[in-house]
Amino acid sequence: MSEAPKPAMAAAAAAGAVKTAGRSGRSTELPEHLKAYKGVWVFIEHDRGQVHSVSWELMGEARKLADKLGVEVSGVLLGGPADKLEDYAKEAYTYGADHCYIMRDPVLQGYRNEPFTKGLTDLVNKHQPEIMLLGATTMGRDLAGSVATTLGTGLTADCTELNIDGRALAATRPTFGGSLLCTIMTLAYRPQMATMRPRTAPMPRREPERSGDIITMALGMIETDIVTKLLEFIPDANRNTVNLAYADIIISGGKGLKNADNFKLVWDLARVLGAEVGATRAVTQAGWCETERQVGQTGKTVRPKLYIAAGISGAIQHRVGMEASDVIVAINTDANAPIFDFAHHGIVGNAMQVLPALTAAFRAHLDKRIRRAA
Amino acid sequence: MSKEKFDAIVVGAGPSGNTAAYTLAKAGLKVLQIERGEYPGSKNVQGAILYSDALEKVIPDFRDDAPLERHIIEQRIWVLDDNSFVGTHYRSDDYNKPPYNRYTIIRAQFDKWFSSKVREAGALLICETTVEELLMDGERCIGVRCDRQGGEVYADVVILADGVNSTLARKAGFHGDIEAKNVALAVKEILFMPEEVIQQRFNIKDEEGVVIEMMGSVTEGMVGTAFLYTNKESLTIGVGCMLSDFKANPNRTAPYALLEKLKRHPSIAPLIEGGEMKEYCAHLIPEGGFHAVPKVYGEGWMIVGDSGGFVNAVHREGSNLAMTTGRLAAETVIKAKAAKQPLTAKVLKAYKDALDESFVMKDLHKYRDMPEVLHSSPQFFTQYPGLVNRAAKTMFTVDGISKKAKEKEIFGSFKTARRWGGLMGDAFKLWRAFR
Amino acid sequence: MHIVVCIKQVPDSAQIRVHPVTNTIMRQGVPAIVNPYDLFALEEALRLKDKFGGRVTMLCMGPPQAEDALRKCLSFGATDAILVTDRSFAGADTLATSYALTAAIRKIGQEQAVDLVFTGKQTIDGDTAQVGPGIAKRLGLNLLTYVSKINELDLDGRTLTVERRAEGGVQRLQTTLPSLITMLEGTNEMRFATMDDMLRAGRCAVRKWNKDDAGIEDVSKIGLKGSPTIVSKVFAPKARSQRAEMQEVGDGSGVNDVCLNLLQKIFTTHPTLEAETVERLSA
Repeated sequence: MSEAPKPAMAAAAAAGAVKTAGRSGRSTELPEHLKAYKGVWVFIEHDRGQVHSVSWELMGEARKLADKLGVEVSGVLLGGPADKLEDYAKEAYTYGADHCYIMRDPVLQGYRNEPFTKGLTDLVNKHQPEIMLLGATTMGRDLAGSVATTLGTGLTADCTELNIDGRALAATRPTFGGSLLCTIMTLAYRPQMATMRPRTAPMPRREPERSGDIITMALGMIETDIVTKLLEFIPDANRNTVNLAYADIIISGGKGLKNADNFKLVWDLARVLGAEVGATRAVTQAGWCETERQVGQTGKTVRPKLYIAAGISGAIQHRVGMEASDVIVAINTDANAPIFDFAHHGIVGNAMQVLPALTAAFRAHLDKRIRRAA
Repeated sequence: MSKEKFDAIVVGAGPSGNTAAYTLAKAGLKVLQIERGEYPGSKNVQGAILYSDALEKVIPDFRDDAPLERHIIEQRIWVLDDNSFVGTHYRSDDYNKPPYNRYTIIRAQFDKWFSSKVREAGALLICETTVEELLMDGERCIGVRCDRQGGEVYADVVILADGVNSTLARKAGFHGDIEAKNVALAVKEILFMPEEVIQQRFNIKDEEGVVIEMMGSVTEGMVGTAFLYTNKESLTIGVGCMLSDFKANPNRTAPYALLEKLKRHPSIAPLIEGGEMKEYCAHLIPEGGFHAVPKVYGEGWMIVGDSGGFVNAVHREGSNLAMTTGRLAAETVIKAKAAKQPLTAKVLKAYKDALDESFVMKDLHKYRDMPEVLHSSPQFFTQYPGLVNRAAKTMFTVDGISKKAKEKEIFGSFKTARRWGGLMGDAFKLWRAFR
Repeated sequence: MHIVVCIKQVPDSAQIRVHPVTNTIMRQGVPAIVNPYDLFALEEALRLKDKFGGRVTMLCMGPPQAEDALRKCLSFGATDAILVTDRSFAGADTLATSYALTAAIRKIGQEQAVDLVFTGKQTIDGDTAQVGPGIAKRLGLNLLTYVSKINELDLDGRTLTVERRAEGGVQRLQTTLPSLITMLEGTNEMRFATMDDMLRAGRCAVRKWNKDDAGIEDVSKIGLKGSPTIVSKVFAPKARSQRAEMQEVGDGSGVNDVCLNLLQKIFTTHPTLEAETVERLSA
């Protein structure tokens, strides 16, 4: 009767409890039903006819992770009738995807949180990936938090590195303003979600011959279901566009320049090199330039070919935003400034003297080359 | 319009303001405390040493939860020359018997604690608000006007605890501008260092502390002192000189330059080596003593703490005088209120009487001539440190010269530097200053 | 109208440093502040209160000392403040945090229905920007992130129109109440409170709720237990092994040589950089 099974069940429960009890009584063991979750997904972000390159950067990372796990990579595309999702899928394969999930619906024309959250959540529940990556853009961050909460799973934001530990994702990100790094894992929930900032991962190599298949799914929502309406989109005026993330050369200024007037010297050098202008948080807070120019932990991550830092000490919060640059040049009056520990070239001197001299030197050199090329 | 009325308004949330507000609130009076800094203590700077005696009289069980660094068991007084010092130390195991008499504290944490006690006692505290002027009705102070919209608040008495640079009393005409010769400008740094290292270097155990007070060539002939205190996991090191001396100094040496020099002194550098600078601040200290204390009460107003110049420069005591004056002012008000008396100058005079009866005015009176003596006698800072140090060196160096010859040399050096007349005069001056 | 503003008290991360020897975080003396991004949310909420009347309730999940942060927000003019504090909340990641705050907001809503919830864009210690979206999802609030401006609020018609920063431009979105807004930084300037606000705030007691007061139903969803993400290790970033190739300008007379030197070094080791730059400038 009811007595006999009890001890057996109790024993089984006890055994299960021992297995699942991890640190502080929370589970670190993956429940059976989640072991079926396989595959690495990348949410492919697109807007007004363009795929955000962070999606391809993530595709490269996804490929590396999937190869370590011996599983496949899929891209996820949600969009409306006007979106060229199949073309994006073709491109996704060249960056490493094996499959693409496409969900098309008029309601998905233009990003909105509600339908995209439902769509992505439904796809995850049906096809069960073990890892899902999104770009840490305004769209990505808006979507990732909603999806992770709906799925009741772990989400790690702004990762600087993704690895596999055992069979799980080990996501590394800065903490305490970048002073330290921490590695975060989601051991007992699926999918393991992570976002990465644009320009953190390198752009992977294209393999134009690669192809894959498409799996579709319906959204199952109608417009009247959705409360939030997009009334209009106001694009940024071109001249206000700051394109730090993809600039080849960035000249950056810090508080060592002393005042807004001296910051103009940064602009002078940038003009001569056709470069973008960046700044530290202190500088943007002081109002010497727009906040969009901030490079660092709470600003943009950049990896230009050449990064010239003038009057910047090199504190960790700024460093994490630019240390992946190919060539870093630092100009500072303090020979002990931390920036010299990771820059490639250093000039100990007054930026107010060095910048104009550098500007003149580059101008003279490049003028000759340009005339020759003309 | 606020138009709210309190029994008392206390301007400032430093030690004197907190003590006054606490005492008043504990007695059930309706108190508003107004602090211009972001939080109590944000504008305050001190060495810092906490004198238990003064605080015990207000919060007897403060040791239960006040953040205290180390209790002091050793006092060192050093007279510095460029690369030497002559010192006197007093250390007693008696100081290890509770209740402890003096502690080193970190003001940011201590002030926060003290302020929470003040709020607990029932006082209403607002921060980030500056009192711009006192509201007067003829001669009588009836309230304050703050820099916020609707910032007029009324009270039976306004207690000014607004520090050394008080502008309110000046604006109201209660006293004149502070003079450079009556204040010192001091700078200090807090250097972080592991507990074990501090304890090893200073020969102390857990929770025990050392205080070093110094004077000498480090102030380049200016009238001033330096200090080094041990906190739990940090050292506080600082130096200050008379503002008038800084101004008159032809080299225009900046205060932080003196601090750097102090830190490099061969007797000090090893003590602070490896310390990581975590905080740097500067502040003015009242130094005028007895003669610089202004009128501290009037029709509906009182002055406590640094704002009244209540600092014993000779013994470097300020916070205990601040707390004591704050308490005495509050007690005066409480007594008057209980007797249903109006807070007129006549009634508030009891505050001044209480001050005169206490160690506050007694000590200030004792040292009333010190400022003048020091101002007029630069030799105490320009010559004596060197003389004393060289004398010690002569006496302690064993080099085959006879002791008598050494004594003669030492005496001769003093005579040459100061001449008989000068030596006598200096002795007399010191006697005058200390009596 | 009833608005709830969620804030967090954070260490001023700009001042946190790593001990060079022990590799631990040196928190001594690092002041705790209201997460700067949250203040923009608070100011926006207060502006709506100025316009429409009603209440602004501050909410914070944190240790006891977070009371200071709430008190500061009260002094700007918020009506009420609740600190949800309990040992069992410790170690919460963003999922567990949004669960706890959601329960508290539901409880707050029982006193008076909540029309809007505001949060800051992200915290300066966690930087995840996940809690706002998490709360919105759990409470079924319409989510509006990176809001730069509130165009219109129609309390009778229960509609809300905002501008939201997106890549390359601004979206103008319209939705219904109740909604959750994460406010972009730099969108407004914090007010200087009136004396009345200060006095009222000084008197206002910050309400303290433990997990039962906050209406937590499932304790396995809060704190460390309720956090799917686990920090497996914390470490200092590896220092780059090679220091920069240094040049000194000295008194200034050699500055031109130094610059020429640098220019040549860069272009000889990166010839494509020179070619690409020339091409870009010739275009």
